[in-house]
Amino acid sequence: MQTEVTQRKPRGRLGRDVQNKIGQQLRAMYDDVVNDGVPDRFVDMLRKLDEQKNGDPEPEKGSAA
Amino acid sequence: MTLTPSLKEAMLGAVPSLRAFAISLSGNIDRADDLVQETLLRAIANIDSFQPGTNMSAWMFTILRNLFRSEYRKRRREVEDTDGSYAESLKSHPEQGSRLEFQEFRAALAKLPPDQREALILVGASGFSYEEAANICGCAVGTIKSRVNRARTRLADLLSIEGSEDFGPDQSTRAIMAAGGRG
Repeated sequence: MQTEVTQRKPRGRLGRDVQNKIGQQLRAMYDDVVNDGVPDRFVDMLRKLDEQKNGDPEPEKGSAA
Repeated sequence: MTLTPSLKEAMLGAVPSLRAFAISLSGNIDRADDLVQETLLRAIANIDSFQPGTNMSAWMFTILRNLFRSEYRKRRREVEDTDGSYAESLKSHPEQGSRLEFQEFRAALAKLPPDQREALILVGASGFSYEEAANICGCAVGTIKSRVNRARTRLADLLSIEGSEDFGPDQSTRAIMAAGGRG
């Protein structure tokens, strides 16, 4: 693996400014989606799961009817 | 173990980054949301295997990553998924990258092998350490490091990002001048 890298690129490492540029673009793209927050679909899904549970209560063993 | 409200809150709290991760992996917003939904359902179903006090987000990233990988393998068996068709699928979903800048970046990201793509996103965007990323991907820390490096090198090529060595001395000169200006 090490030999492969040195053969392909004479200077094995990217400059820090190149790494920074890629990092900035990557985070900008990523954060663009993060900033959407939590779509309603997922909040609703969890709520429905709760409602199912509450609407269909587990029989409590040993409890007086 | 029961799913306490605080665990549920932690799950929902992870959703925005899970979506960003899923979109970066799949290149498709609908598939990404399906992946997130499936991840939530599996997390709820397997809450017993979550260790309290550990990172909920990292645990859910692991679930989503494994879901994506098994789906990806399945798809590859069904239809040979080439770089070209993947790039096409990006073009047909302009809503996911309204800004041209991101579209170009996403297209370049889509050309990376999945191993490298996930490593770069986890470390470079999701903010996980190399160790956490290695846990999520089930591989050695050194493997993650080399994948991230290869991903950066390839992206720099694809996006024609060049080192501004010419500007380097200028910037440092300016910095020296700025620092000297105080005296």
